[in-house]
Amino acid sequence: MNLHEAPVLGRVLGPLERFLYKVCGIDPAEPMDWREYAAAVLVFKFLSVLVVYVVQRLQGHLPLNLQGFGAVGGHLAFNTAASFVTNTNWQSYGGETTMATLTQMFALTVQNFVSAVSGIAVLAALIRGLRGRETADLGNFWADLTRGTLYVMLPLSTVLALALVSQGVVQNFKATATVPLVETLSYEDQGKRQTTQEQIIPLGPAASQVAIKQLGTNGGGYYNVNSAHPLENPTPLSNFLESWAILALAAACCTMFGVMVKDRRQGWALLIAMTLVLVPLMLFCIHAEARGNPALARLGAASAANMEGKEARFGVADSAIWATVTTAASNGSVNSMHDSFTPLGGLVPMFLMQLGEVVFGGVGSGLYGMLLFVIVAVFVAGLMVGRTPEYLGKKIDPFEMKMASFAVLVPPFLVLVPTALAVVTAAGKASLANPGAHGFSEALYAFSSMGNNNGSAFAGLNANVPFYDIVGGVVMLVSRFWVMVPVLALAGSLGKKKLIPAGEGTLPTHTPLFICLLIGVVLIVGALTFVPALALGPVVEHLMMGGY
Amino acid sequence: MRVGLMNIVWKQFRPALLLLVAMTVVTGGLYPALITAAAQALFPFRANGSLLVKDGKAAGSELIGQPFSDPARFWSRPSATTPFPYNAGSSSGSNLGPTNPALFNAVKARVEALRKADRGNDAPVPVDLVTASGSGLDPHISPEAGFYQAPRVARVRRVPLEDVRRLIERHIERPALGFLGEPRVNVLLLNLELDELARKSFN
Repeated sequence: MNLHEAPVLGRVLGPLERFLYKVCGIDPAEPMDWREYAAAVLVFKFLSVLVVYVVQRLQGHLPLNLQGFGAVGGHLAFNTAASFVTNTNWQSYGGETTMATLTQMFALTVQNFVSAVSGIAVLAALIRGLRGRETADLGNFWADLTRGTLYVMLPLSTVLALALVSQGVVQNFKATATVPLVETLSYEDQGKRQTTQEQIIPLGPAASQVAIKQLGTNGGGYYNVNSAHPLENPTPLSNFLESWAILALAAACCTMFGVMVKDRRQGWALLIAMTLVLVPLMLFCIHAEARGNPALARLGAASAANMEGKEARFGVADSAIWATVTTAASNGSVNSMHDSFTPLGGLVPMFLMQLGEVVFGGVGSGLYGMLLFVIVAVFVAGLMVGRTPEYLGKKIDPFEMKMASFAVLVPPFLVLVPTALAVVTAAGKASLANPGAHGFSEALYAFSSMGNNNGSAFAGLNANVPFYDIVGGVVMLVSRFWVMVPVLALAGSLGKKKLIPAGEGTLPTHTPLFICLLIGVVLIVGALTFVPALALGPVVEHLMMGGY
Repeated sequence: MRVGLMNIVWKQFRPALLLLVAMTVVTGGLYPALITAAAQALFPFRANGSLLVKDGKAAGSELIGQPFSDPARFWSRPSATTPFPYNAGSSSGSNLGPTNPALFNAVKARVEALRKADRGNDAPVPVDLVTASGSGLDPHISPEAGFYQAPRVARVRRVPLEDVRRLIERHIERPALGFLGEPRVNVLLLNLELDELARKSFN
């Protein structure tokens, strides 16, 4: 059953869907081959970047600017446009101090929906290629985009947004609320003594944006500190709902895959492989944060548990769990400050991103990334036994291997080269907030995040400077589309192939043996590429921490 | 071949532009408007920032912490917002790394300030009282951090320690469903009730 034929949703949203096709002149049944599909994706993304950029630049002259903010600066606007269109949601800006309400709604929230659904659409195209019998038809991007938005994202976001409001996430069209302080506060600002008796609390339509930022693995927060902010994530229950939402759709993609190829075991195998990587890393991160920072205890604290940068309502465990799920999925929202994590606690989110965002990963993009690793794994297995590799009845030929290698090997390059640039140029070094090995970790984390479309940060890094904004923006765009286009090319070439029936020598791809092989390939590629860099950052800092 | 490719690309411009506009209306306009209407109808208190009202006047937000330095009140967690702590207009953590000397100095200063306000109390300080929160606006402290400050508050206010401890206990919020989150105390609510009690006992 297709979603647009579902009884309740179909009746309510079906007319809207047909109306959208009509005004946009779209024939949802028109087939696209891989080049048309890729062209549709790229043209849509190009226009999206343009619109998001222009809205930010003009926000001072547009309506619904409740706070009266001026235009967003050029390099920052470029970075933000690249960031939201690529589903990265790296934030060089502080939400409550930069973005007008109109920008948050019409530029950022919209991209939260369509960038996520584009990921699902490309995944669907790849699956259609895998199961197709000698056909060039990969579906219709416009129909995929519309249906994914209307039938998946909108209903789920509506329910989640209202659940979040019930917990205390704000949702209104007011700019701010001014409330009195119980105690008058006196402080020093730029050498002058000042006092204040009030707090100015930014408000606005936060819940609607927070819901989709989690479900769409976007991660771009309404407020500067993202989901650590009490008005964005007020209770442990809202925290649970939000962290569930981060993984929900990425995990559901595995089920979708199983259903579409008519062999649910194939979906389960991938979900199990992802889970087996995630859980040990999560436990390791919780352990590292709970063991904490020995310096705290030595300076007079009752325990060493690392509460710097963490909220009391979440504590160490819920913060470490969030840090792992948000980087396993390419979400990137945070409920604690990763920059203040212990070295090994901070290594976990960094490593999860460096694995290429295939452990759950972004909605759609995580699974198509994982399927690239599946192709590599099948190829490796084929080499070992000397047979032509095949997956789901499709022969894997040199062209498929080339496309898979392209897509798997480019993100590491996009992480390591800019990191190297950042630590040898004055422009790159000036932004590092912490001294020594931790400063290196900040740069490595930043490009691991942008180069894999995650979006979280070691936020001490002063990212809103031309170097990080421009290099980072380019890295995000290349990383997203350098993977997407080969994936579609792969889908096109697979779709044209014959289905060959499984024989004696076919490697089954749903068995524990294959799951282990797949995990091995993912970890070996990731570890071989990044261990030297990780050794220079978090590992060195961990060894030093013992000495303090 | 090249002409073919250009044609393919051109053909997508019209649907791309129109669908982007349509999606902007649906997901950027209708969706937030709908959620706002529903939220205002269902949860008006929460949707508007959980603003407390005392004697007909606004009295802070239940969810946004405030800075306290009077020894007669409970202190909140350290805040790294600028230019002053608990600046709700600019949420921020310290982002200090675990081996940064600036972190050690800050922790040392916080321990000293707490001990200076409560001479003779050399007990180890609950760790959440000497570390800056993630948002800089954390409304909560751990129950231990409350009990740690209870003797100081009781002494300055000249009230029995037991009363203060009972007040804290009444304010402890337990983990949701028994396992989500940490037990905690809302500092603003605690202090507001503390002041309320003091006022009543005067009358």
